[in-house]
Amino acid sequence: MSLFAASAPAAPFPVLTALVLVPLIGAVLTALGSRHRPEITKLVALVSSVATAGMSVWLLAEFDTHDGGFQLVSQHSWIDSWGIGWHLGVDGISLFLVVLTGVLFPLVIVGCDPHHDEKPYLAWLLLLEAGVMGSFLSLDLVLFFLFFEIVLVPMYFLIGGWGYDQRVYAATKFFLYTMVGSALMLVGIVTTALLARDDLGRLTFDLVEIAEGSDFAASTGRWLFFAFAIAFAVKVPLFPLHTWLPDAHTQAPTAGSVILAGVLLKLGTYGLLRFGVYLFPEAAVWSREVFLTLAVIGIIWGAIAATMQSDLKRLVAYSSVAHLGFIVLGTFAFTSEAISGGVMQMVNHGVSTGALFLLVGMIYERRHTRQIAELKGLQKVAPIFAAAFMVVMLSSIGVPGLNGFVGEFLVLIGSFSTARWWVVIGATGVILAALYLLWAYQRVFHGEPDEANSSFRELRLREGAVLFPFIALIVFCGVYPKPMLDRIEPSVKALLERVEEKTDFVVPVSDHTGHGEGGEG
Amino acid sequence: MVQYPSIDWLAITPLIVLLGGTLLVLVTGSLTKVWPRGLYAVSTAVLCAAALVVEMVLWNRVGHEGPVSIINNALAIDRFTLFVWIGVTIATGLVSLSTSEYLRREQLEGPETYSMYVCAAIGAMIMAASNDMVVLFLGLETLSIALYVLAASHRRRVDSQESGLKYFVLGGFASAFFLYGIALVYGAVGTTNIARSGQLLSQQVFVKGDDALLLAGVALLMVGLAFKVAAVPFHFWTPDVYQGAPTPSTSFMASVGKFAAFAAMLRILTTGLGARADDWRPVVWVLAIASVVVGSVLAIVQSDVKRMLAYSSIGHAGFILIGVEAAGHAGDQDGIPSSLLYLLLYSVLVIGTFTVVSLVTRSGDRASDIGSFRGFGKERPLLALAMTVFLLAQAGMPVTSGFIAKFSVIKAAADNESYAVAIVAMVASVVSAFLYLRIMISMWMSDAESGDDAREKVTVPWTAGVVVLASVVFTLVAGVFPGWLIDATRDALVVVR
Repeated sequence: MSLFAASAPAAPFPVLTALVLVPLIGAVLTALGSRHRPEITKLVALVSSVATAGMSVWLLAEFDTHDGGFQLVSQHSWIDSWGIGWHLGVDGISLFLVVLTGVLFPLVIVGCDPHHDEKPYLAWLLLLEAGVMGSFLSLDLVLFFLFFEIVLVPMYFLIGGWGYDQRVYAATKFFLYTMVGSALMLVGIVTTALLARDDLGRLTFDLVEIAEGSDFAASTGRWLFFAFAIAFAVKVPLFPLHTWLPDAHTQAPTAGSVILAGVLLKLGTYGLLRFGVYLFPEAAVWSREVFLTLAVIGIIWGAIAATMQSDLKRLVAYSSVAHLGFIVLGTFAFTSEAISGGVMQMVNHGVSTGALFLLVGMIYERRHTRQIAELKGLQKVAPIFAAAFMVVMLSSIGVPGLNGFVGEFLVLIGSFSTARWWVVIGATGVILAALYLLWAYQRVFHGEPDEANSSFRELRLREGAVLFPFIALIVFCGVYPKPMLDRIEPSVKALLERVEEKTDFVVPVSDHTGHGEGGEG
Repeated sequence: MVQYPSIDWLAITPLIVLLGGTLLVLVTGSLTKVWPRGLYAVSTAVLCAAALVVEMVLWNRVGHEGPVSIINNALAIDRFTLFVWIGVTIATGLVSLSTSEYLRREQLEGPETYSMYVCAAIGAMIMAASNDMVVLFLGLETLSIALYVLAASHRRRVDSQESGLKYFVLGGFASAFFLYGIALVYGAVGTTNIARSGQLLSQQVFVKGDDALLLAGVALLMVGLAFKVAAVPFHFWTPDVYQGAPTPSTSFMASVGKFAAFAAMLRILTTGLGARADDWRPVVWVLAIASVVVGSVLAIVQSDVKRMLAYSSIGHAGFILIGVEAAGHAGDQDGIPSSLLYLLLYSVLVIGTFTVVSLVTRSGDRASDIGSFRGFGKERPLLALAMTVFLLAQAGMPVTSGFIAKFSVIKAAADNESYAVAIVAMVASVVSAFLYLRIMISMWMSDAESGDDAREKVTVPWTAGVVVLASVVFTLVAGVFPGWLIDATRDALVVVR
């Protein structure tokens, strides 16, 4: 006994709380910084984002691989009168999204130049980071809603203040679309907690408590699920609620696009898992065919629309619609492989599409156009740039050996047993992805450069340094995804056990044990 | 021989302090030369602070000794009353400070405006406290007449005169409805005392058709109250009056005026007519839905910021009505607290917003077009940031008081299974978010156009600065740590019955 007492740690460092507060404090300090000393402002922003990144990587080391529950939980009372608490926790589903968020922001801060008004730009970025972190870590419904909603404000100002020609239109559209969804979700959240009060004996918005302690009638659960799902479907975005995305992506500054694609869209797919499937398993199973169908439509629609685009950035934006469709397909297939693959795909899409947006941003910096027709033969003048683009693009297509393949493959193979015909159609999306991306690559990089393109500048050192982590992750996760899967799977299995327990849905037992060696598909 | 009622002097000290103080300021002010810059406003604010201290003492006393009904049951001193009193006093103090430089700029300096504020505030406080409908009517008229004068108080602007006249004619009409309602309810119940009629109505059983007099009276009361809170379809005066009135007066109407009208509405409906909640609740339901929808939809098509905010205040009134509707359900514990919370948080927000607007409208109080906000973010970044906080809060963004306000009424509605009204209100709040975005776009994302350079620069006097700062701090603090406010509003549930 004395051994245990001695080794019991004193209050451990509340790393999750710090992950939210450090960028927040950074944002405030940046905003308060002097206008005449921009280098200090930039330094503060950089230090706080790098510190956050460091903590998120440390989180990776602290994380217990074989535990499927919430870890490193930090719980404090907050608005007691309403049963709202500060409850943060991380599990296998959110772990890598948190790390991705932590890593992406400093890269974006280094890699993208706002051109004007750097101080507010950095402050908004850091506030955005705090919001995204909070959304991924919250285990309290209201706390989650708070972060989920607050994310809109910095993103709105980033798009509206530092975007391109149609920025105000795009920013407003983004704000209002997302707000419609969350308006319904707020009603859903309040109702969920009020109905759970009867089972729990007290009013609480704690996600875990509600999920473990209460049982909703099927019809009630379906309505509540619907209220949540609309918000997430807008965020993902699922067809037909996706129309804000191409505008927001295209008009946003490069940093905005990278963050939007990298982590913001994942709030939707993550939310579906965490607050949709976890809270309302019955309703999720009941409505799965609708989601599967919308996901597949999204895959095909996104791919076809991407093929038709003349604007490179818009093309990447539509490809996101297709890629996110795969994640939703995996989520609602309800097998361990499919959901794990979906979670992996969330991270992988963040890495590869984030990198694609960075590259497109660099092209725009050099040529001041994103029109595919005006770009030609860049491979000749900038071979290293072209090579980097090639790797990232192949990852986005899902070529074996790179990260994009692992997630998509797991989704497809995992969904085959429970959602066969959807997979059959959805798989064509992989082929279409190769079509639109390779075709775009061919038009932009192949051929002889004309006069305007012949002075295209090669990749610079700073740009290379920013791209390097992306490419390293792309290759590493493609070749050796096992560490990631090992951490994701226990949580996914726990989630599926819950689904089986609460519904009559039977999760097929998988005889496929070798998810790890992605390259053998 | 006349029997004089015994008077609990401490309980009415806030009213006495305000009345005596403002008369003093008014009389000495008119007998002396123009006071030094800002002194009228500061002395009024000090008055309010003094009243506030007494109100806090009373708050504690009521907590220990329970609510009391004073002056022959004419006034009810409970925490409901005191919450409204505190809110009204704070709002009056803030508006007075924000008015100071406005009057100077418009060359209207003098003590009159401030005493009008205080008189109106006294009326508002009587309305909130009254336990008798006739006394309530006295408070209502005191408030209204002062508001008519305030609306018309910009002597050199025709718009202001027009606004005052419109408000007067329509407001007089509404008061008449209200008075007639009192008469009919008296005819049906036999008393004008609110708590007493609550008791009588809960015992009385009406045979079918027997209660026509009462219902007609309730309907007329509702008309009068709905006019005062500016609920659709009794809102037509609001945009014109808000737009034409001097901007500080507008902010006074939107804060104190709403506070008082809703307090009266809550007391009459829940205490007096609580037994007939099934009769008035559907009416409030319709008013609430109509207000949130019409308020937000019409707000976004306006091009004048004051008009926009007028429509948005109609939408906010709709939200508060949702709380009132919830209070009409049997055994409800959330309706009254959520309405009161919303009123307090919204009052501070709206004062902050209108203070910024009154600075931007520049000399003559004319430039309230949305274009006059162009490039404001570059010109006055801090003030624009404060305005952004107010606007986001009004849109219901988390971490601001606006979210807490919306959350509390939505919770009250959902708790009584009024899901439809909750959903409609939230969707409408998205629509109205567009209006707040439009102002933000104008401030931050559009550059000043040619000709804008010739505009007068916006200056920030310290009095207005204090008001804006205090409002921002309150908005954020109440947004992050609302627990103490929620508990205070819950205490307001214990009323004189």
